[in-house]
Amino acid sequence: MSPDAPELVDAASRLRSAYVHIPFCAAVCPYCDFNVVSGADHLSGSYVDRLVAEIGDEPRWGSLGAVFFGGGTPSRIDPGLLQRVLEALADRFGLEPGAEVSLEANPEDWDPERAARLVELGFDRVSFGAQSFDPQVLTALGRRHEPTQIEEAVRAARQAGFRSVNLDLIFGHPIETLQSWETTVARAVELEPDHLSTYALTVERGTALGRWVSAGLLPPPDPDDQADKWEVAQEIIGSAGLVRYEVSNSARPGHHCRYNLAVWAGAEYLGFGAGAHSYRNGRRRRNPRRIDAYLRGLPPAEDPADERERLMLGLRLAAGVRAGPLGEALWDSPEGARLREAGVLARRGDRLVVTRPLLTDHVVRALWELQPDQQALAVSPYEC
Amino acid sequence: MLDPTRVRNFSIIAHIDHGKSTLADRLLERTGALTQREMRDQVLDSMDLERERGITIKAQAVRLRYEADGVDYVLNLIDTPGHVDFSYEVSRSLAACEGAILVVDATQGIQAQTLANAYLAIGAGLEVIPVVNKIDLPAADPDAVAAELAGILGGSPDDVVRVSAKTGEGIDDLLKRIVADVPPPSGDPDAPLRALVFDSYYDSYRGVVCYVRVVDGRLSAGDRIRFMATGEDHDATEVGVLTPRAVEVPVLGPGEVGYLITGVKEIQRVRVGDTVTAADHPASRPLPGYEEPKPMVFAGLFPADGEEFEALREALEKLKLNDSSLVFEPETSRALGFGFRCGFLGLLHMEIVKERLEREYGLDLVTTAPSVAYRVYTADGRQIQIRSPQDLPDDHTSIEEPYIRAMIITPVDYVGAVMDLASARRGEQVSMSYLGTDRVELVYSLPLAEVVFDFFDQLKSRTRGYASLDYEPEGYRPARLVKVDILLNGQPVDAFSAIVHVDRAYAYGRRMTARLAELIPRQLFDVPIQAAIGSRIIARETVKAKRKDVLAKCYGGDVTRKRKLLERQKEGKKRMKMVGRVEVPQEAFVAALKVDGG
Repeated sequence: MSPDAPELVDAASRLRSAYVHIPFCAAVCPYCDFNVVSGADHLSGSYVDRLVAEIGDEPRWGSLGAVFFGGGTPSRIDPGLLQRVLEALADRFGLEPGAEVSLEANPEDWDPERAARLVELGFDRVSFGAQSFDPQVLTALGRRHEPTQIEEAVRAARQAGFRSVNLDLIFGHPIETLQSWETTVARAVELEPDHLSTYALTVERGTALGRWVSAGLLPPPDPDDQADKWEVAQEIIGSAGLVRYEVSNSARPGHHCRYNLAVWAGAEYLGFGAGAHSYRNGRRRRNPRRIDAYLRGLPPAEDPADERERLMLGLRLAAGVRAGPLGEALWDSPEGARLREAGVLARRGDRLVVTRPLLTDHVVRALWELQPDQQALAVSPYEC
Repeated sequence: MLDPTRVRNFSIIAHIDHGKSTLADRLLERTGALTQREMRDQVLDSMDLERERGITIKAQAVRLRYEADGVDYVLNLIDTPGHVDFSYEVSRSLAACEGAILVVDATQGIQAQTLANAYLAIGAGLEVIPVVNKIDLPAADPDAVAAELAGILGGSPDDVVRVSAKTGEGIDDLLKRIVADVPPPSGDPDAPLRALVFDSYYDSYRGVVCYVRVVDGRLSAGDRIRFMATGEDHDATEVGVLTPRAVEVPVLGPGEVGYLITGVKEIQRVRVGDTVTAADHPASRPLPGYEEPKPMVFAGLFPADGEEFEALREALEKLKLNDSSLVFEPETSRALGFGFRCGFLGLLHMEIVKERLEREYGLDLVTTAPSVAYRVYTADGRQIQIRSPQDLPDDHTSIEEPYIRAMIITPVDYVGAVMDLASARRGEQVSMSYLGTDRVELVYSLPLAEVVFDFFDQLKSRTRGYASLDYEPEGYRPARLVKVDILLNGQPVDAFSAIVHVDRAYAYGRRMTARLAELIPRQLFDVPIQAAIGSRIIARETVKAKRKDVLAKCYGGDVTRKRKLLERQKEGKKRMKMVGRVEVPQEAFVAALKVDGG
């Protein structure tokens, strides 16, 4: 089934999934504002002890259809440690037959032995932080691999028997030309990945990149340049047979990321590890961000979920999101009329679809500016 | 009732920052008034704080007690505003006095406002006591400044009192001079009551409080009084003086200054400048009173939230009682909805009013570009006055614009810079004269419209803050003026229209479109911004459509962070106004004009 099919999204909204955060990195990339640490690999053993304990403390749920190891760099730590976490998850919740078990990996950490070992442990999907095939852009992004290492890594993953291989690409660095980006996408497509993610570089506060930009050492990314690059990428990716199912994500049929799709589709999920987020029983929960606080077992913070969040996530999908009362309110509002008129928002049956994906957050902002009654804010009875 | 020969009524007039307030404080302290003021804190504990606060905040007339040569005197210090916008209010205060202390900073010498205020005082027939202040400062040159003062007022430099309001030096001399030089008020205690209302304000507990200066007769609590201009009769429920604390007294006699409460609650019913007389025994003629102040600068004030129109009207009505120079009438703008076209004495006055409306009345306002009142001759030969560019009829034959006479005093070094500025603003030099050896007074005729935006700021920045400015209206002159409209997305935005000199129209159009292109955020569609004279487009910019708006990728289920980001942005977006289909930030309406006009 095509990854942008509404039926697929409906099914995904009922999937049980878990995210495991592995925060360790060799070095922190200048643009990265995820919860990561460098030079702390020696803590990985005790960190995994804590993960296993946290999993054991989570109330039972039912077997998981998808597990995602993100980071940080899960490919950096000893596969034996990942095995312990997987076993803990299987013990506590069970894994469905054919469950998606995915990890993020850096090309420079990858080799045939590690790939084979991970497949043996049950991993069937790998997502490489390729970012670019232009050595200058890779350097500017603070990445430490060569373009050839990406190709080697993909080959090794295939040989080891990974069911699904993804490449992450980043576009719109101020030093990157349109030509460079086109080459990057073309070379990525040549490797015949099952899935491609293309992200616009964003400048976040508190990152090295953020400091360089505010100090005037680097111009901020140009949104028009990024829009051009996004459009070019969509053309190349589309003609290679991948289907875009989210703002930044495309896949061959059957190869969408089940874990990510479940989150966007509004499913509940579990998150384990420092700074990990869960959504269960209508409440959003977030673990302490700092590793020391997490290791000490400090309790998570909690908020009730909000209907706007369901729409915010679902509007990212090519299949759109079931409107529900709040979505209807947006559709009927004066801003909704302007969005329709500008060709940004459309209806497909009871679903709202952002027809110009790069303006998704413009639509989402309109949602936040509505003044709906409290009822519409409660999470809608629709599953998605 | 006081013996009028023991009363002295005086004001302090000074250029801004020449130490008027410090001098007033020192006078209060030396005469013991300040200790009473300090006592007030304890007294107030047992009183209704809010009720008292109204009176003390606007204590504009303070009664001081002073003993000279074994005789007790009452000195009434009547405050005056210190800015060029308010010369009307200065003359109002001066009308309640027989004397004025003219204060000049010993380090800066005579400034434009010093001169303007001195001429006002002399014109009002007041005894002027020249004072050089800040003689304690190392840079002080009291001899030179005293010579300058003597040059203007006549007399000898030795007549100039030298003080330091900061250290208290010379204050006793000054008090003695006030008693000796300021004439006691003359007035007939047995004549019918005539008291001048020289200020008033609205107190939410007591209603309208009037500041009065009794000229003839007696004003007692319990009297039935009449406001001669309005013809309304009321009971004088309370009469008192300010020490500066409000103290009730049974009666105010000729020459005395104090307050009057009548129980009138409606803010429009007491007119500043009116004469209070006795209802049963009225005076035959009122006091000269004041001319209505003429607003010179006009701007539209619109509530950011259209539902606050009535609240804005009420707030303006309340402000008007304390500020009779404020005028307003309803105005409708296609871009901004319902609001008021307000007239102000000047730009500072406009900013003060806006600030008070926002701070004291919690209103969120959009202000349009300031304009002046033009005289327009229509095709059918009528003459009309317009206060807003949007009122300019298409079929007009000619336009006249208001001029001012600007007096600028500057150190010699900056004369060139001042001349450049004045000629860039279409000024014509009237005269140039030296004050002493190193300072020059330049007099220019200038179109008021060229002064209202940022002339004063420009003058200050080009002379490193040394130049001073005062101005007075100088009538109307014909000029080649055109209306430049600004079109957003093809629609003229009335709030951005301006009347400008024909030679400046292109530059103005280019500047406005460029500035607006910076201020208006990208929308979902291209927004053309055009400047036009009639149907002729003279400048154009385009705000290109927004193509990308994706904040963050939202991974690992981190919904909370993105939500917080959205909430922060929502806060930042509040001050936007929809103009047709285009979202315009509120600050654009004023900021668009704050460009290098020089």
